[in-house]
Amino acid sequence: MPLLWLRIAVIFYGVGLLYSFFGLSRKSDLLTRLVIPATALGALLHLVSLVETTLEYGHIAPTTIHHSESLLAFLCMALFLAVWARYRTTAFGVFVFPLVFLLTFAASVGQQPPEFTSQLLRKGWIVAHVALIFAGYAALFLSFAASIIYLLQERGLKAKSSGMISRLPALEVIDQIGYRALLLGFPFMTIGLVAGSVVAEAQFGSAFFLDPKILLSLLMWAMYMLLLFTRWNSGWRGRRAAFLSSFAFLVALIAWGANYFSGVHRFLQS
Amino acid sequence: MRLSLLGVNHRTAPVEIRERFAIPESRLAEATERLAHFPGVDEGMIVSTCNRVELLVSSVNGRTDLRRFLCDYFKTDVSPYEQHLYEFQEREAVRHLFRVAASLDSMIVGEPQILGQVKEAFAVARGVGAVRSNLNAVVTKAFAVAKRVRHETQVGSSSVSVASVAVELAKKIFGSLEGKHVFLVGAGKMSELAARHLLAHGAGSIFVANRTHDRAVEMARRFEGEAIRFDQLYETADRADIVISSTGAPHAIFRREHGLQFLQRRKNRPMFFIDIAVPRDVDPEMNKVDGIFVYDIDDLQSVVASHLTDRKGEAEHAERIIETEVDKCLARFSEQEIVPTIVSLQEQIETIRQAEIDRARGRLGAMTPEQELAVEGLTKAIVNKILHTPITTLKSAARESESTTLEETIRRLFNLKSDTHKKDPPE
Repeated sequence: MPLLWLRIAVIFYGVGLLYSFFGLSRKSDLLTRLVIPATALGALLHLVSLVETTLEYGHIAPTTIHHSESLLAFLCMALFLAVWARYRTTAFGVFVFPLVFLLTFAASVGQQPPEFTSQLLRKGWIVAHVALIFAGYAALFLSFAASIIYLLQERGLKAKSSGMISRLPALEVIDQIGYRALLLGFPFMTIGLVAGSVVAEAQFGSAFFLDPKILLSLLMWAMYMLLLFTRWNSGWRGRRAAFLSSFAFLVALIAWGANYFSGVHRFLQS
Repeated sequence: MRLSLLGVNHRTAPVEIRERFAIPESRLAEATERLAHFPGVDEGMIVSTCNRVELLVSSVNGRTDLRRFLCDYFKTDVSPYEQHLYEFQEREAVRHLFRVAASLDSMIVGEPQILGQVKEAFAVARGVGAVRSNLNAVVTKAFAVAKRVRHETQVGSSSVSVASVAVELAKKIFGSLEGKHVFLVGAGKMSELAARHLLAHGAGSIFVANRTHDRAVEMARRFEGEAIRFDQLYETADRADIVISSTGAPHAIFRREHGLQFLQRRKNRPMFFIDIAVPRDVDPEMNKVDGIFVYDIDDLQSVVASHLTDRKGEAEHAERIIETEVDKCLARFSEQEIVPTIVSLQEQIETIRQAEIDRARGRLGAMTPEQELAVEGLTKAIVNKILHTPITTLKSAARESESTTLEETIRRLFNLKSDTHKKDPPE
């Protein structure tokens, strides 16, 4: 059943994907009107799917790659909908929808039985670790999207092209969304990393630090820190902030994919 | 019902002519009342604005001579103004009313005031009892159509003056203007207008600097702002989010290096320069500084121009909406008018049928339920077959608004009761 809900959700997310291709390029009233109801419905089904999965396995931590993809996609979607509810802008969908669609699609293709067999995953610390880090990822992605949209809007305003200007939200609104996403994501990421290291310390001793995934995660955390610091200290936004957050996003992406090189995060054997 | 509309507007008449026929607000109620009591007029309403004067009436029998009303009311001969007047009947009148309410007939297409003005005229006419069922239906429909046009097209959504474009752009940079500071450099009329617009949209305090300090003080007082000495300009400019510059300086007074300084002091919070001076006060290079946006008078005017072109395209869309709404509206009205005739036709025939069945029963004696059913079915089928063509013909004639003669004929042929539904309800 959870898989069925997820597959229907993918179809609804498909509307979002269409929006991200055509929504900003020209006037598409129908798509703009449809996109929120469709993706919100998708998110609801997605939630149902997640809850059922949790009930089925008896715990919340994702036990397969597909489960984690599904959870991350849902968190991104929830953040997008929260932004829409507060600021009434769908512009962020241009970046959020393709990611959400891809992750959910991959997750819905098929679900294997739990492949991370480690007992570790059932412990509270790990649950906190995974959930918090994922929330941090989602927030980081949103702030990355914000920095790109900020750049686009800044270009539009400087080039005096009224088309672009009218389709995107106000510059300071974009800035605020990005900044708030950072402020929200940073504590999640920090506590998530702390929770992870507590578990790892107990399990592996201090040697876990040299694991590639851990190093990448720390680098990502440092980038996060740098983003916030430059913002506080000298109000960096626009080009410089976009550059930094793109880099942070790239590191996050590699860290996400680093499971394959990581001893600590390979729960298959342990 | 018969609708007629007589009027002059900004397109058919220069202001000297329009003002001859204008009716001031204070006299509108009385004039509307007189119109409603004019011979032949059943209901009436007058819209009088600086761009148009329109008389809209519905009359029961035949045409009303609205020109005579103008003659009587203004005690003047209208024939010299014939070329400036336009008159519409029925469909054309409905269409014109819809276009006026939707602001498609306005000098600046899409401007929002006209709908409010029509609404006021409507309220006045209702107040004096000059508008009842018929005009009420048409005019409220016009309001609904105006709403639909505003909702489905962009015809009224873009700003078409330099000052409102400046506000629109400021909002696209700052989101809300709440608490934003405005710096007026040079105390000109145009910058004052722009400042007023910004304040009306929530901007916070105003600073004014001018080469003649006294004028700055005077203007600052009017805005309850703060006057800044001109030699303090560069030290204070970074306190403002929006700078409106309109000095007569021969060279740029804000250059790239100033912009960099301002932004450093503002911790990179964006700044918006509105340069309405010619020659320009702000070096165009400034626009290349991250976080600074410079719009000069040409930029603002080209935004205005592009909005006007957009409106033209949207206006075509709006015209199509109006066209379909006029069709729907007229079809509904004429179908409504024909309904009582159809109903009484059916009633008449049904009475005949019942009476004949009763008579047959008296002659035939008691019938079995099967026979009852058969007789019922037979008579009903005959009645329906006979009535089918007259009813469909009536309905289609109603839609083509040539129904009155046909309706009369049917009433006479079938000896229907006299036409009561068109009488006005008692007041």
